[in-house]
Amino acid sequence: MENKVKVCVENLNVHYGEKQALFDVCMDINQNEITALIGPSGCGKSTFLRCLNRMNDVIDICKVEGSIKIDGQNIYDKDIQVEKLRERVGMVFQKPNPFPKSIFENVAYGPRIHGLAKDKTELEEIVHTSLKKAAIFDEVKDRLDETGTSLSGGQQQRLCIARAISVNPDVILMDEPCSALDPIATAKIEALMEDLKKEYTIIIVTHSMQQAARVSKKTGFFHLGNLIEVNDTETIFSTPANDKTLDYVTGRFG
Amino acid sequence: MGLITFFLLVLFAITSFYLGYFRSNRVRVIEKQRPFSLDKYYGYYLAIWSVVPAVIILFAILIFDGFIVKNYVLSEFYSQGIDQSEISLLFTQIENTRNGIKLFNSEDEIIVNAVNKLNYIEGIFEITSIITVFSVSSLFLLYGYRKINLNFDARLIVEKFILIGFFLCSLIAILVTVGIIFSLLYETVRFFSQVPILDFLFGTNWSPQRAFVRDAADAADIENAFGAVPLFSGTFLIAFIAMCVSIPVGLLTAIYMSEYAKSSVRNTAKPIIEILAGIPTVVYGFFAVITIAPFIRSLGGSIGLDVSSESALAAGLVMGIMIIPFVSSLSDDVISSVPQSLREGSYAMGATKSETIKKVIIPAALPGIIGSFLLAVSRAIGETMIVVMAAGLVANLTANPLEASTTITTQIVVILIGDQEFDSPKTMSAFALGLTLFVMTLILNFIALRVVKKYTEKYE
Repeated sequence: MENKVKVCVENLNVHYGEKQALFDVCMDINQNEITALIGPSGCGKSTFLRCLNRMNDVIDICKVEGSIKIDGQNIYDKDIQVEKLRERVGMVFQKPNPFPKSIFENVAYGPRIHGLAKDKTELEEIVHTSLKKAAIFDEVKDRLDETGTSLSGGQQQRLCIARAISVNPDVILMDEPCSALDPIATAKIEALMEDLKKEYTIIIVTHSMQQAARVSKKTGFFHLGNLIEVNDTETIFSTPANDKTLDYVTGRFG
Repeated sequence: MGLITFFLLVLFAITSFYLGYFRSNRVRVIEKQRPFSLDKYYGYYLAIWSVVPAVIILFAILIFDGFIVKNYVLSEFYSQGIDQSEISLLFTQIENTRNGIKLFNSEDEIIVNAVNKLNYIEGIFEITSIITVFSVSSLFLLYGYRKINLNFDARLIVEKFILIGFFLCSLIAILVTVGIIFSLLYETVRFFSQVPILDFLFGTNWSPQRAFVRDAADAADIENAFGAVPLFSGTFLIAFIAMCVSIPVGLLTAIYMSEYAKSSVRNTAKPIIEILAGIPTVVYGFFAVITIAPFIRSLGGSIGLDVSSESALAAGLVMGIMIIPFVSSLSDDVISSVPQSLREGSYAMGATKSETIKKVIIPAALPGIIGSFLLAVSRAIGETMIVVMAAGLVANLTANPLEASTTITTQIVVILIGDQEFDSPKTMSAFALGLTLFVMTLILNFIALRVVKKYTEKYE
């Protein structure tokens, strides 16, 4: 059974100044699934990811053409407010980047900005649920006012996930979330993603093909700015249609 | 002897260098093997041996020869049992006569004799010192030359000498600081032996010129003349006004420059702002006296306030303008060093730019920003020229910025301008003020550096 399409990308071209980073990318991403993006370094997968919440807007020389529709609405339309978009499309970064504030304040940051809680109890409620969903609540419940940076790397990354889901987004983008973590912390995050996909649509960029194979339902393979192939993860890793994909997943290049 | 000795030494060093250089070359040819170090290191090695001992001896001679010459010339007067102070006077007369200055007693026989004696001993000294220096140098050179062989590593020894050179240079900076402290300390202690320290620190009446009238004033009156509280209050009042200008303007400038400005704007605007720091403070003083003070005066007059023509407000405002680049460029640096990942984290949560700055960047950079404020405060407290020109000279205990008031630095200038007798408490009070100022800025800088250091450790 196919889930319904959440994100629909059509003819996406991205330029950084003179250099073109993405060429005519078309891709459908299904709701409540984990979609993995793989490919060698510099192939455009992170650029693609950052287009989905318009993080590329920050970079002056970056030009985006084409359309990205989330629930049928083009997020590059003029009347889209980028802050509201990012409330719906959360992001977890490669390196854990908790704010130098308390654990509580880290998670309360988003709800405060968007006015999601009417009073203090409601805010606490949101913070606690987010921490619980990110499977870190039990580890930090007694020290919510310690600074977020005092946690271990894996805990920091889960704190960042809690921060991302605190505003209850539809889509969560993950940019190599485990590349700075050890295997145990990685396993915890992967288990967490498995839980989170029930509520959210997750798109993950990863360098680890094993990780893509373990967690994702669908996998897209990028090479030199082109989306070479996107299909069910099993197909990609066993019988891909394209030779380049086969070379990459079997470790012959990249 | 100075210039000739210097040139001889340089010549000597160059010769030694080539001696070493060619010696090593020859060793290479004879032994048919590469020596431990490059040829030039053997050259440096010999040059060091020939110059360093010579310089040390020359310094020793410089320090002691005056003393020895004086003793030799005056030896006969000592035996005659003439009073010590009279002897010093006599020696000054002898030196002046020698230098061609005609004095009332220049024709006296003892003076003429002494002058001859002086010329004679100094001539001997010059020749013997040159001979000693160069013979010692040659000995060392010979010693070094004989040590050069295949297995001798000159490079390591040159390295050690360079290390010592660097160490001595850094030592100079430290010694000068210590020297300044001690010279201040010495006069300050003398001052406090006449004026009790508590009267100085907590007295509210500052009129050092009164202490000049020795006969009319009894001891108690002298003590009452040196209460530095009006100076402290004036200093802090003006520094406070300056910070009220420079902190908001500087900080907002820094935020604009690091977060909003395009790189083209930033590259033009930053140097222009930093020009502010390069304007001589005298020029700022002009600006305060000629432009700002009359402006404040007429502005105050138009709303019915009586503003004195020299006011703490004018001086403080202009000082604040002067300090803006200190605050802005230091804060700009710390704000820029907040990791980009924190900004992205905040944007990804749907925060706007100003929310990100207010809630993430400023809190993260706060220790560094406070450090820049503290450095700016210590700059404001130590600033002299603007306040001398624009703030007034009368010690006036007031919190009203529209009145004239004075600062520690201004009073030091006022006290030390012109001829002074160095044993009057008035003059010595300048040193006490200087030490107070020094201690205050030292504490502020210390705190500032600690705060900044704590901040830099956080992200590494």
